[in-house]
Amino acid sequence: MLYDLKLSIAYRYGGMVLTGRHLLHLWPLDLPGVQSVSDQILTVTPEPAERSGFRDFFGNWTSEVVFAEAHQRFEASLTARVERHKQPAPQAVSANLETMPDILSSIKSLAADSPLHFLGTTPRVRPNLVLQDYVRDLVPLDASTRHVVHRLGERLHEEMTFDPSATSVDTRHEDAFAARKGVCQDFSHIMIAALRSIGIPAGYVSGCLRTEPPPGKPRLEGADAMHAWVRAWCGPELGWIEYDPTNACEVSTNHIVIAYGRDYSDVSPVKGVLKSASGQAGSQAVDVVPLEEEMPG
Amino acid sequence: MARPRKAAEETLFRLLAHYKPVPGVPDELLDAEGRIRPVWQNFISHLSEHDPDTLRQMFSRGDAYLKNSGVFLRQYTEDSAAERPWPLSHIPVLIGAKEWGDIAGALKQRADLLEVAAADLYGPNQLVADGALPGQLIAQSPEWIRPLVGVKPRGGHHLNFVAFEISRGPDGRWWVLNDRTQAPSGAGYALETRVATSRIFAEHYADAKVHRLSGFFSEFRAALLNMRTSQDAHVAILTPGPFSETYFEQSYIARYLGLLLVEGEDLTIQQGKVFVRTVSGLQPVDVLWRRLDTLYADPLELDEASQIGTAGLVGAVRRGNVSVVNALGAGILESRALLAFLPRISRRLAGKPLGIPNIATWWCGQPAEREHVVSRLENMLIGPALSTRQMFDPDESTIMGSQLRKQGVDFAKRLIDTEGELLVGQETVSFSTSPAWVDDALVPRPMSLRVFMVRTTDGWCVMPGGFARIGKETNSNVLSMQAGSSVADVWIVSDEPVDTVTRLARGQAKAPRAKQGALPSKAAENLYWLARYMERAEGFTRLTRARHERLAEAASPQSPLLVHLTRYGTFIGLDTQASIPPALEGTIRSALRAAESVRDRLSPDGWAAINQLSDRLDDALARSVPPGDGAAQEMGVLLRQSSAFTGLLQDNMYRFTEWRFLSLGRSIERLMALSSALASFLADDAPLGSLDLALEYADSSISHRRRYGFQPSRPSVAELTALDELNPRSLIFHLVELETHMRPLADLMKSSGSAELLADCTALRETFEALTPEDIDPDYLVGFRNKVAAISDNLTRIFMS
Repeated sequence: MLYDLKLSIAYRYGGMVLTGRHLLHLWPLDLPGVQSVSDQILTVTPEPAERSGFRDFFGNWTSEVVFAEAHQRFEASLTARVERHKQPAPQAVSANLETMPDILSSIKSLAADSPLHFLGTTPRVRPNLVLQDYVRDLVPLDASTRHVVHRLGERLHEEMTFDPSATSVDTRHEDAFAARKGVCQDFSHIMIAALRSIGIPAGYVSGCLRTEPPPGKPRLEGADAMHAWVRAWCGPELGWIEYDPTNACEVSTNHIVIAYGRDYSDVSPVKGVLKSASGQAGSQAVDVVPLEEEMPG
Repeated sequence: MARPRKAAEETLFRLLAHYKPVPGVPDELLDAEGRIRPVWQNFISHLSEHDPDTLRQMFSRGDAYLKNSGVFLRQYTEDSAAERPWPLSHIPVLIGAKEWGDIAGALKQRADLLEVAAADLYGPNQLVADGALPGQLIAQSPEWIRPLVGVKPRGGHHLNFVAFEISRGPDGRWWVLNDRTQAPSGAGYALETRVATSRIFAEHYADAKVHRLSGFFSEFRAALLNMRTSQDAHVAILTPGPFSETYFEQSYIARYLGLLLVEGEDLTIQQGKVFVRTVSGLQPVDVLWRRLDTLYADPLELDEASQIGTAGLVGAVRRGNVSVVNALGAGILESRALLAFLPRISRRLAGKPLGIPNIATWWCGQPAEREHVVSRLENMLIGPALSTRQMFDPDESTIMGSQLRKQGVDFAKRLIDTEGELLVGQETVSFSTSPAWVDDALVPRPMSLRVFMVRTTDGWCVMPGGFARIGKETNSNVLSMQAGSSVADVWIVSDEPVDTVTRLARGQAKAPRAKQGALPSKAAENLYWLARYMERAEGFTRLTRARHERLAEAASPQSPLLVHLTRYGTFIGLDTQASIPPALEGTIRSALRAAESVRDRLSPDGWAAINQLSDRLDDALARSVPPGDGAAQEMGVLLRQSSAFTGLLQDNMYRFTEWRFLSLGRSIERLMALSSALASFLADDAPLGSLDLALEYADSSISHRRRYGFQPSRPSVAELTALDELNPRSLIFHLVELETHMRPLADLMKSSGSAELLADCTALRETFEALTPEDIDPDYLVGFRNKVAAISDNLTRIFMS
């Protein structure tokens, strides 16, 4: 599927802010064979005094902008053409849950996609016994990891209510889970924490969904703003799979990947927003328009 | 000669009467046969020449030195931090130069090994790929800083200043307990401990062939300065701030090395380069010796919650625009679990075993190691694998195998079984013992050493000495400063004469020079407010004293003058009816806090003076001073003590930019407070006695008597306190001061704002000069005060933010 992607994110402060320094994670990732990106332009207003970029540890292109003059709002907009290639159904088998500890302790890589980064506690994710029990009640001890991912994702989707008013960007996943309410970020953090609690490496994906569904299909939840889902590592043969707990599905050509990280803190679209006494408010607009019609079926 | 010899033996016998080393534990002073080791001989015979009373006096010289220098230990309890005297153990630990040479050689090798490990962990990660280090361990460490992976430090090295904690094991060989690579503290304490100890043993020290420390510090300073790429850039010490446990040491060493002490918010990053905000604008910083942990250094790329970092610092490092000592990320080398793998890494990378082994450590993430730890649980300390805390400084997360009862053992085993990859087991160590003076007797106490080294152009240079922790109990495997252990000097005793200060000074002629003359904006602000608070406190004290003196002279609290004074006090927030008004207390505390933040710029005498003032205040509050005469007397004492401090500040501060900000603070506070007081006491409806009170407040009663006689009149008071240029308490005097100090500052800053500010000061002074005593009425004074307040606001905006 070929899409025109428009992504815009704006912050407004309650009063004038003298300077600002921000990291932006807005450029869609180029993923050979899965996603290709072209014609991308990032516009920032007001005109930053400095602008530069670098590739972060996980391979995401990161822009750094500096505002040297007083401002009350700023906006970053990205447009790009993104192609999502349809993936064949995986043939490889996923590892058995029981074999994961041995598999993981034999891994000798710290490269960006090494599963070792995606275990344990990270700034926004804290595996815990509550979630461990929650997963253990869902699946047998010798389940396949892919089955665990699906079963857990479906269960969370059943139990959780999508409710943007219930949580904020700073809500802890423990609280969102206790209330069984939240948005894609909460769904994803809960699922990541749960998977890590039983020893499955799991990470965070920030991205976008196509705005209007294909004919005859329901509109996906979370298409109006930036979306998030989960990456889970299912052993050396199957490798990483991506699952969207907010919509209870594995990702498809309807999902566009922006950035990969361990949790939200690695990929938050705009970092360095001042928390000022007079308050700040963010807004997002996302438009993902297909350039060709899909074959029905 | 037989008798004196016998006498000497007797005194020695008395000195060592209580010195009973623990069997099986090596002792620094006595060998296994109970003979004094040669390296200690001279020192011990010197000690034995003095009776306990004399020794007590000698020891108190060291304690007094530390107290007067303001050396203290900040101690953290559950919910508060308190300062207590520096716990000096008066007897130094003596080590022979030859043995020290072996230690130094082995530790240099260890430092090189750690450097290679750091370069690998932030580079190709070959150690993980080869299985020499478990990848899980590194990936899980909060100190493995992903944004710095692939970033080579500008100077080529991750480590430039490191410390090691070492101790002597049961077989007499040395062990490394712990590597300090993040931001090692204590070098400044070592220096102060040395000064204190050399004062105690002044008669002996001069000829004791003890290696001096100053050479190490000049090497260290040169090493930092040599890392600059431009002579025009600063080398700064980056501190977490006055609330950090070792802030005293950081400010002390900044002063000693003559380097800039900055906090994260003093720095700003522009075009990927680091600058310090100063009262003369932005100035480049090329080298940072950081005393704060990596995670706090940059809220943008590291810990988002950090309030003490500099946004963009990681970016500057990535671009190779600044050298950080030690490189950001170097803290990973402190992880306990690493000790389990270093022996293997040494054989692999250096082709030989560690010169000094480290304390035996097992990572419980591997089955065989797990079994080993469980099987020897009673000899183990179990703790978090990724913690960088020293095991012998245990906290609630440490399990001491030897102290577990049955249920505890089961719990520990279960924990190791389920969370093994998060745990390490470390063999319990026993420390060698060294002499300490406790209750008038020499007794053996467990000891560990901290050894410091700096990378110079000729390789690692080891501080010949350092400091030793001395445990509280004879039998102890816990040596925590917070748990009551003390600190002793370490003397490296040579057979030959050692380099003296003069010889070192000759070498320093070619030492590189630090860029001078920068006053960070925040330091300027603290100096400015320090002066303002001190001046304000003085004014409060005078007003309070004026009231209580009148009460003591039997004036009625209902008298018009005292009612007027109460009302004025309420207007400025001062409850003059209290013996010690809360506003006065608050102001002195604020002054102390401001002083603490610029401690590197205050003389030890100045620091002692403000602390005396604060102690006196605490004392007065505790005594509940009665109103009237008692309160008046107390105000007199506080006034004299605060004058002592401000006097020291004014006289001892080098007449440089610092001094200008102090002077500006004093003048502005005085202008605002005096104009406001005069507006009240010169008012038409002011009661009888107000003019005397105004003179008293302006400390001008005697001048008035001399010039105008006894009876004050409104014009005479207005002339003397407002318009008399020769009266150092008058408004005009301080307007002239204001302008005098503002002019060079405006030259420094060279901005349109600073030029305007100078023009405002000049204009205010010129109009004021044209006034007559009759013009000085309350309306004018209130307007005048507001103009000064506006100047203060602009001063703050232009120079201090």
